Amino acid sequence: MAAAGPSSAEQAGGGRPLPPLARAARTRGTRSIGGAGITPYLFLLPYLALFTMFIALPAVYGFWVSLHNWDFQLPNKPWVGFQNYVDLFTPGSLTSRDFWQAMEATGKFTLFSVPLLVVLPLGVALILNQKFPGRNFFRAVYFAPYVLGVAVIGVLWTLLLDPNIGVVNYYVEKVGAQENIAWTNSLPWAWIALVAVTIWWTLGYNAVIYLAGLQDIPRELYEAAKVDGASRWGRFRNVTLPGLRPVLIFIVTITILASANMFGQSWLITQGAPGNETRTAIMLIAQEGLQSFRMGSAAAMSFVLATFLLMISLVNLFVFRERKS
Amino acid sequence: MANDLPFERRPLTRKRFMQLTAGAGAGLALAGCGGSSADEAGGGGGEAAETGAAGAEYTGPNVSLQFWNGFTGGDGPFMREMVDRFNTEHPNIKVKMVVQQWGDYYQKVPAAVAAGRGPDVGVMHVDTLATNAARNVIIPLDDLAETLDLSEQDYAKVVWDAGVYQEERYGIPLDTHPLGFYFNKAHMDKAGIDKAPITAEEHEEALQKLKSAGIQHPFWQSSTWPAHLMFTSLLGQFGGSIVNEDGSEATFADDPGVEALTWMVNLVKEGYSPKNVASDADYIAFKNQKNSFHWDGIWQTQDLKKTKLNWDVTVLPQIGEEQATWAGSHNLVIMKQRRPDDNKIQAGKVFINWISEQSIEWAQAGQVPARNTVRNSAQFKGLEHQSELAKQQDYVVFFPSYPGIGDIIAEMEQAVNRAVLGKQSPQQSLQQGASKADKLLQDNKKKYDY
Repeated sequence: MAAAGPSSAEQAGGGRPLPPLARAARTRGTRSIGGAGITPYLFLLPYLALFTMFIALPAVYGFWVSLHNWDFQLPNKPWVGFQNYVDLFTPGSLTSRDFWQAMEATGKFTLFSVPLLVVLPLGVALILNQKFPGRNFFRAVYFAPYVLGVAVIGVLWTLLLDPNIGVVNYYVEKVGAQENIAWTNSLPWAWIALVAVTIWWTLGYNAVIYLAGLQDIPRELYEAAKVDGASRWGRFRNVTLPGLRPVLIFIVTITILASANMFGQSWLITQGAPGNETRTAIMLIAQEGLQSFRMGSAAAMSFVLATFLLMISLVNLFVFRERKS
Repeated sequence: MANDLPFERRPLTRKRFMQLTAGAGAGLALAGCGGSSADEAGGGGGEAAETGAAGAEYTGPNVSLQFWNGFTGGDGPFMREMVDRFNTEHPNIKVKMVVQQWGDYYQKVPAAVAAGRGPDVGVMHVDTLATNAARNVIIPLDDLAETLDLSEQDYAKVVWDAGVYQEERYGIPLDTHPLGFYFNKAHMDKAGIDKAPITAEEHEEALQKLKSAGIQHPFWQSSTWPAHLMFTSLLGQFGGSIVNEDGSEATFADDPGVEALTWMVNLVKEGYSPKNVASDADYIAFKNQKNSFHWDGIWQTQDLKKTKLNWDVTVLPQIGEEQATWAGSHNLVIMKQRRPDDNKIQAGKVFINWISEQSIEWAQAGQVPARNTVRNSAQFKGLEHQSELAKQQDYVVFFPSYPGIGDIIAEMEQAVNRAVLGKQSPQQSLQQGASKADKLLQDNKKKYDY
């Protein structure tokens, strides 16, 4: 690479013969690209096959489905063109009201949960990165809830948070609340409960990734900063945060996607209550497609949701892009 | 609860897991039929009353049948035992029973049938028959009914009629499972009430007495399951219906619906029920002596029998102008096959006939047998709770038999939820639900062409 720079510059500079070394580098470079042949592609092939089979083809098929009134058990699957999409954007249609309510619910949940799920685990990771007795124990404790399935945490918190017979309210009352808090079926409490449960459940995962990132930051940088007289905050801002940048991008991206795909918590803990206020987009899509067997409109909903997520991911990439100063 | 799949509730975790597996496809193994004791099966009790229908016989080569159902609760072992006995009595037919959560079942069966790997026989709730018939999952059984010489006279009319979709019969009724009025006898004694209330006035009076006797909340009104079953019962009592005659319009928001839902909401307003009762809390409170009255399905008798609670169950009180009680019904069905095998179909019919004749055994699992002969037998009358709730047989209300009716039930359920939680007035809430249900009905009518 280093040799390629000057050589091309010289080439641009005129018909002077290339120095032997540069020429060698150049030919070697050319040959190595040509000589690699199909090897890199072979390495990519297994994933490509999986990707094609389980993502690309189903997506194309799903798009095809979204252009019909599709029920796999009915011989007649009428072609409707983009009607399923048009319906989603037509107030008063069969699907629009529920869909946008679910999108709003999804948006709210993402908005409330992502900042907390990005910041809190970082705090936890910073603490767990210190040296103190019992450190490994606490690392395990914070990660523990994450190993539980959504079924388990769903049933667990449904009982704990029950407005009338739950343990949480028992203590809330002990500390002097006048009335039961309806954690699972009133607003805003249902959102608070869902966000809190999600944080409790998945905080450990993000924390572990931060922790790995923190351990990758060279000690010397901190020492150098200390020597230069940087305060604790200064070291965090100028050493830790920049050092965590790739990790931070990763965490923000996956947390947004995970929150936007939230399903199990709403399904189990609030069941969408009150009314449909906490029914997320994925929950609606599952009901529409798998219970009502309206797979065409469910597929259309999925594509609209996917488009939104794509846009958010693009914004995300743009915000975190490498700034050249 | 947004689930529109019909399933009856087993205590607590069962429903949870069903919802879960319906959506997330997880947790199957956890919810299995462990734990429930088969001791109530006791004493054999197998001598079913003969109906004289001996028309079904299978003499062909050995066949093996896949029998799928959703009996994951205390009912599972009863059915399994019946299947075992069938296998012993029929050496050339081997029935293999596969159990999964109902929620899962109703998604998997159509998918399996579509893939050409569906089961041979199965059980379906009466309100899902039309949907599965319209979706080509199950096949008509008129000829079976004919060979078995089964007819309306063998069943309560409402039960028999409910298995018909577009003039063809798709299910052979096995049982009905109505709602019942559960009450805490200790609370009743304490409040000086000597018998379960049977009118609206008596009901109100009883609640007042219970309240004065120090029961803070004598009648917990759930905002989810089984609130919509209560609502359906009350709707019938006030003379209303869920949809109109030809299934083209939702009628649950009409006056009877508003009256029914207002009555339920008033339980909360007048302080007989705590606010915001979430799913299962009403039943748990009943088991923990915090709740005196509870309307729930007959299947809860099996669970309550295992407790030390001093309880009893009777028919629902009549709150409206007439008697009505929601009920479900398990029906035996035969699945459509890509390459139908006449031997298997014939063997399946023998199996269905045999099982339906044994329904006294099934009654012990907490069901009301569908066959009149069995229901009128001395043996059934000996089953205290089941025979008490069977008194409602003539006025049970099923969910209407239209394809896709689950979509409409789900809207109704949410309307009940919003009103009980006090988010909207009964009228407003029902109207919002009905206007969506109307659109769904129109769409379904077009889709299924009924």
